[in-house]
Amino acid sequence: MSAQQRRIRVLMGKPGLCGHDRGIALVVMALRDAGMEVIYSGRHNSPESLVEVALQEDVDVLGVSILSGGHLGLCERIARLLRERNVDDIVFLAGGFIPPEDIPQLKAMGVREVFRDDARLEDIVRFVEKAARERVAA
Amino acid sequence: MKRAAANPSRRNVHPGRNSAQAIAVTAPNTTLPAGILQGDRRAIARAISEVENETAAGDAIIRGIHAHLGHALVLGITGPPGGGKSTLVSELIGAFTRRGRSVAVVAVDPSSPFSGGALLGDRIRMERHALAERVFIRSLASRGHLGGLSRAVFRVVDVLDAAGFETIIVETVGAGQSEVEIADIADIRVVVCPPGLGDDIQAIKAGILEIADIFVVSKCDLPLADRTELELNYLVGLRPDRSRQPRILRVTATTGEGTAELADAIDAMAGACGRRREERLRERMRRMIAQEAGDAVRQRLHGVESAKLDELCAALGRGELRHEDAVAAAIRLAANGGA
Ligand code: B12
Ligand SMILES: Nc1nc2c(ncn2[C@@H]2O[C@H](COP(=O)(O)OP(=O)(O)OP(=O)(O)O)[C@@H](O)[C@H]2O)c(=O)[nH]1
Ligand SMILES: [Mg+2]
Repeated sequence: MSAQQRRIRVLMGKPGLCGHDRGIALVVMALRDAGMEVIYSGRHNSPESLVEVALQEDVDVLGVSILSGGHLGLCERIARLLRERNVDDIVFLAGGFIPPEDIPQLKAMGVREVFRDDARLEDIVRFVEKAARERVAA
Repeated sequence: MKRAAANPSRRNVHPGRNSAQAIAVTAPNTTLPAGILQGDRRAIARAISEVENETAAGDAIIRGIHAHLGHALVLGITGPPGGGKSTLVSELIGAFTRRGRSVAVVAVDPSSPFSGGALLGDRIRMERHALAERVFIRSLASRGHLGGLSRAVFRVVDVLDAAGFETIIVETVGAGQSEVEIADIADIRVVVCPPGLGDDIQAIKAGILEIADIFVVSKCDLPLADRTELELNYLVGLRPDRSRQPRILRVTATTGEGTAELADAIDAMAGACGRRREERLRERMRRMIAQEAGDAVRQRLHGVESAKLDELCAALGRGELRHEDAVAAAIRLAANGGA
C-alpha cells in the first residue's frame, strides 16, 4: 500500500475571553497554504479543552493567540495541562499582543516561541515547519 | 456496551510519556492495538494518525484489531457545503450521550488541491463537547480523495469501533451528488438538506436520493424550509423501491428543535441494522483482504527471481500472449511463490 505523505497537523485556538481573531485567521490560512492540516477551534476555548483537542487530534503543534492580556496565566495553565496529560512533546506556540518583557517568563513555562504583532507570516510558517519536523524526528 | 472502552473512569488515560513513544516506535503491532481496545485516548489518537498516513504501523494496527470490529452503529451525515451538517452532528452528540452512549465523530473537510493543506473547521461547531468524557472527535482532511471522504476513513472508523464507541458519526465534506461513498461506510445515512437550495435539490437527487435513510430538512427557522420539505416529499415519492422509503424530518440545530425526534428515528432504524452491518463487515473484510492480497501479489512479482515470469513477460512483449492471459498466469505464479 502506498504510504500517504505525512502532513504537519496544527491546532490553533484562542483561550480566554479575547475576541481578536484577525491575526489567528491569517496564521491559520498561511499554515494551510504551506501544506499543513490546520484545525481551528475558534474563540473562547478553555485551556482544558485546547489540550484535550490537541491530544485527540494528535497534532504536532498547538498555537494560541492572545491579544487582551492574560497570556501569562493562560499559557501557564496550558503548559501544565500538556505536561499532566503527557503530551508536552507537542510544540506549544503563542502569538498576539504580548509585551516583550513577558517572553522569557513564557518560555520558561514551556512556550517554545512567541510571535508578537510584528511577526511575519513567512517566519511563522518556517518556524512551525522546522519545529514539527524536529518533533517527528525526535 | 461490552468493554470498559471509551469509559475514562475505567481505563488508563495517562500512559507514561516514554511508554507512549515506545509504543509508536518499537512494537506497534502489539501495544497500540491493546491501548485502543482499552479505550486509551492517546493510543486511539496515535493509531488514527498511523492508519491515516498508511504506515506499516497502521497496517499492523488494523491486523491487531480486526477481530473486534462490527459493534458500533455507524451514522453517515452528508449534504451540501454549509448545509448545517456539523451543527447537526453536535446536536446528535448531545442526544446520544444523554441517552447514555459513547460517541465518536470523524469529520472530513477538503484538502486544497494546490497546497495539499487543509482547514479543518467542523469541530468549531462541536466545541461544547470537547471535554465530554465519552466523546472523541477527530478531524480528517480528504487528501485528494474524491467521494466525500478520505481514503483512510474506513480504517479510522475501524479504530474507533475497536475502541468501543457505541455510535460513530461520520461527516463528509460538503457533497453535491456523486459523493455517495458514505453509503459504503454507514449503517444509517442521513442527508442534510438546507432550505433555499432551489434547483440544486434536483441535482442532489441524482445519487444521494437513493442512499438516504433519513432526510433532514435543516435550518427550519428559515422561511423556505416548508418548500424544501415539500420538494423532498415529492422526490421521495419518485423512488422506485417503495419498500425502503426514507423518513423526512425537520430539525433546527441551532435551537435543538427536532433533534430528539431525529435521534428517535435513528434508534428505531438501528434495530434493523444488524443485517446490513453484517454485510458491511463482510464487505469490509473482503476489501481488506483484496487490498493486502493485491499488495502481496505485487510484491512477489517484483521481488522474485523467476524464469517462468521472465518468459511470460517476454512473450507478452512479443505479442504472443493476450494481456488478460498474462495477468492470470502471473497471479497463478505469485500464488505458487513465483515457481
Ligand atoms: C483590530 C483591533 C480590535 C478589533 C478586533 C477585530 C477582530 N475581530 O479581530 C475590535 C475593534 C473588535 C477590538 C476590540 C477590543 N480591543 Co482591540 N485591538 C485591535 C488592534 C488595533 C489590532 C489587532 C489586529 O487585528 N491586528 C492585526 C493582526 C493581523 O495582528 P495580530 O493579531 O497581532 O496577529 C499577528 C501576530 O501577533 C501573530 N499571531 C497572532 N496570534 C498568533 C498565534 C500564533 C500561534 C502565532 C504563531 C502567531 C500569532 O501573527 C499575526 C500576523 O503577524 C489591537 C492593537 C494591536 N497593536 O494589536 C487592539 C488591542 C489588541 N485591543 C485592545 C483592547 C483593549 C480592546 C477592547 C477591550 C477595547 C474595549 N475597551 O472594548 C476590545 C476587546 C474585544 C474582545 N472581546 O476581546 C488592546 C489590548 C490591550 C492589552 N492587551 O493590554 C489593544 C492592544 C489596543 C491597545 N494598544 O490598547 N480590537
Ligand atoms: N438559521 C440557522 N442556521 C444554521 C442552523 N444550523 C446551522 N446553521 C448555520 O449554518 C452555517 C453552516 O453550518 P455548519 O454546521 O458548519 O454546516 P456544514 O454543513 O457542516 O458545513 P461544511 O462542513 O463547511 O460543509 C453556520 O453558520 C451555522 O451556524 C439552523 O438550524 N438554523
Ligand atoms: Mg461541517
